[in-house]
Amino acid sequence: MAKALPVVDAEERMLQERQFIKVNEIIAQHGKEESTLIPILQKVQEEYRYLPEEILTYVATALGISPATVYGVATFYAQFSLDPMGEYIVRVCDGTACHVRRSTDVLNAIRKKVGLSPEQKTTDDLGFTVETVSCLGACGLAPVVTINDEVYGNVTPEAITEILDTLQKREGK
Amino acid sequence: MAQTMVIDGKSVEINGERNILEVCRKAGIELPTFCYHSELSVYGACRMCLVELENGQIVAGCSTPAEAGQVVKTTTPRVQKIRKMALELLLANHDRDCTTCEKSGMCKLQDLAQRFGVREVRFGQRDKKVDIDDSSLALIRDPNKCILCGDCVRMCEEVQGIGVLDFAHRGSDMTVTPAFNKPMAEVDCVNCGQCAAVCPTGALIVKSQTNEVWQALHDPTKTVIVQVAPAVRVAVGEVFGLEAGQNTIGKLTQALRQMGFDKVFDTSFAADLTVMEEGTEFLERLQKGEHLPQFTSCCPAWVKYTEQYHPEFLGNLSTCRSPQQMFGSLAKKYYAEELEIDPKDLVVVSLMPCTAKKFEAARPELSTDGMPDVDVVITTQEVVRMIREAGLDYANLEDDSLDMPFGFTSGGGILFGVTGGVSEAVLRAAHYLLLDEELDQVNFTEVRGTEGLRAAEVDVGGQKVKLAIVFGLANAKRLLQQIKDGEAEYHIIEVMACPGGCVGGAGQPATNPEVRSARTQGIYTADKAQQLRKSYQNPLIDNVYEKWLDAPNSEKAHDALHTTYGARRRILGEGISLGDNHTAKQLEVSVCVGTGCYLKGAYDLLHNLGYRLQEAKLNQRVDLKATFCFENCGGGVNVKIGDTLYSGMSPAKTDAVFGKIVDELEK
Repeated sequence: MAKALPVVDAEERMLQERQFIKVNEIIAQHGKEESTLIPILQKVQEEYRYLPEEILTYVATALGISPATVYGVATFYAQFSLDPMGEYIVRVCDGTACHVRRSTDVLNAIRKKVGLSPEQKTTDDLGFTVETVSCLGACGLAPVVTINDEVYGNVTPEAITEILDTLQKREGK
Repeated sequence: MAQTMVIDGKSVEINGERNILEVCRKAGIELPTFCYHSELSVYGACRMCLVELENGQIVAGCSTPAEAGQVVKTTTPRVQKIRKMALELLLANHDRDCTTCEKSGMCKLQDLAQRFGVREVRFGQRDKKVDIDDSSLALIRDPNKCILCGDCVRMCEEVQGIGVLDFAHRGSDMTVTPAFNKPMAEVDCVNCGQCAAVCPTGALIVKSQTNEVWQALHDPTKTVIVQVAPAVRVAVGEVFGLEAGQNTIGKLTQALRQMGFDKVFDTSFAADLTVMEEGTEFLERLQKGEHLPQFTSCCPAWVKYTEQYHPEFLGNLSTCRSPQQMFGSLAKKYYAEELEIDPKDLVVVSLMPCTAKKFEAARPELSTDGMPDVDVVITTQEVVRMIREAGLDYANLEDDSLDMPFGFTSGGGILFGVTGGVSEAVLRAAHYLLLDEELDQVNFTEVRGTEGLRAAEVDVGGQKVKLAIVFGLANAKRLLQQIKDGEAEYHIIEVMACPGGCVGGAGQPATNPEVRSARTQGIYTADKAQQLRKSYQNPLIDNVYEKWLDAPNSEKAHDALHTTYGARRRILGEGISLGDNHTAKQLEVSVCVGTGCYLKGAYDLLHNLGYRLQEAKLNQRVDLKATFCFENCGGGVNVKIGDTLYSGMSPAKTDAVFGKIVDELEK
């Protein structure tokens, strides 16, 4: 059996995380049943920040299902992305409560700030990804925005612009 | 007492029908469907076969079991309204440019819209147009015409065991597409075309090459010859109002001649030649006990499937080219010379029941001096259009006879059109090839049948020969697994991709099980009508060997009639980089993780290498990649270091591979 990779330092670890070897560990953890496809894809997305084409073909081969089927599953669920995602994933709630409390203005302000459009969801430098979601279950705080795992409630266009500004400066972007 | 149900007021017996739809059809009520095919699983998506139950419930006939005492109405105001609405919604999403659509006149959507009196579509027309995929040599995929019935998806998955197409995205964005929305030519499609054969609309159609044929026919500098495959002759007639399965080779010859072909020949003649070559090859393998079981190689979809999925069995494939390609090779290598013309001016057209033949004809290894041996392949569907374009009254054409020297066949050659036919033709000749003795027996009915996987045992010169006959690549896949697991043992295996063999090919006019069975009967009748039934009796075959090829499996025969195969990758794409340290002057090391190598431990080797490189702090200097298939799947894991490919590696050889990497770095 292959040995586990030694953890050297943070930079090295980052490198490993991007590594192909990960996908094998993920498959080994979940087993090669067709029913494990979705958990495997979730894990792959966690590791790689998106679902690379070659990895999906590889997963299909390992599970003995057709790549077209894996592609079908990966494109069916909104949680999966076939394009590389940004370091900061900004999700703007556009459920009913948020919508009536002007989430559209917030969304437009975010897109303007990071330079994205409804067609382009991720900045070229892979800094930010902006998406809308239908409900975050925090309607009392409408309009709501999440940035990675952080939740921001009662957001205004001005407030979110300021938050993004801080993040951009922190990243030197 | 028999169980009955009531359909539209009439009592109908239930005799093991799977669902209400089947009972209705038995009762003579043609419930409309898009997504129902008796040979595929029930999907229940198109909502055309809706019926109303006694309690007012509306259910899909295809996915509701028939129960005794059920009272069903098939045409109620509610059912009519829903069907019509569903049709309108489908039409709103459909590219309705019917006049220029190849499927016009044979389109189920067009047909049902007419039948149910849809005269307007109350919904807006979808305006977003998607690109048409014409990358495949055999098929054209037009997503703008897809109604998402999923017939193609289930056909490819269930009958062919491949799954080239599947649903992707969802809601109004849903499409049926190959993996990663790649063009058909870049994925594992074997070009069998069965997806197009079940497609109710023009979303998947056979790529038409009739223009190329007309062009050649109109060119006075070209001599244009055509070969007609066995299965075509029993299928053209049905389109022109003749009985299904009627052999119309005489009319077809007349039609082709009137269109301007210089010579009309018979692929069955080349099939006779195949029997001689493949039979001789088989008997030699049998005696030596080598490369058994021998697989037939006439079906180009099966050959491509083996190259992609089972390279370990490539050595078992007969090295014989298919009859189409044997014919083309003889035409270009010898016949042109006999006609005293430059092979460049000889256009070989073949008329096939098959879409994969278009791909086969374009294979670079099947060419002579850089020219393809077969220039254009047209299907039965295409020749029907040409006959119509030429304005010929096919049903009333006078019979004409085929030309020499390739226009005479034995019954055996004709049998190639049906499942079990190659086996039967070889069996008819085997005794003679082995012992140089005539055998009285002509028919080998044990290899005939309609099952997708059949087995038989036949005595050949005192030796028991075990045969398997397969159609549908999913059946072939199962059989290969049984062989690998040591659960099945055969000497010779005939594989055809299409249901029922070539008579059910995707290039044929619309097929259903009844029509297919009529065509099969047509082939057996045509076989019986031949004066000579066994391939070796065909005097033209003797001529060919005497004039050109010496003897079966001779050096000359090998050069003209045999070929070799290679492993083929399934999905075209880039390798996966294992680190993002793309600095200059890195040594590229790729480990194949395609199925063949994966099973031999490619992952463990890759893992070990990653570990060793990191340990030696060489990971910055090496760009370690996992890649898909170097098309060299024979012996063990393939590793490419720099420009050198090393085969036969394994996790146990990690040190050796690592050593080679170090050597390369030190260079």
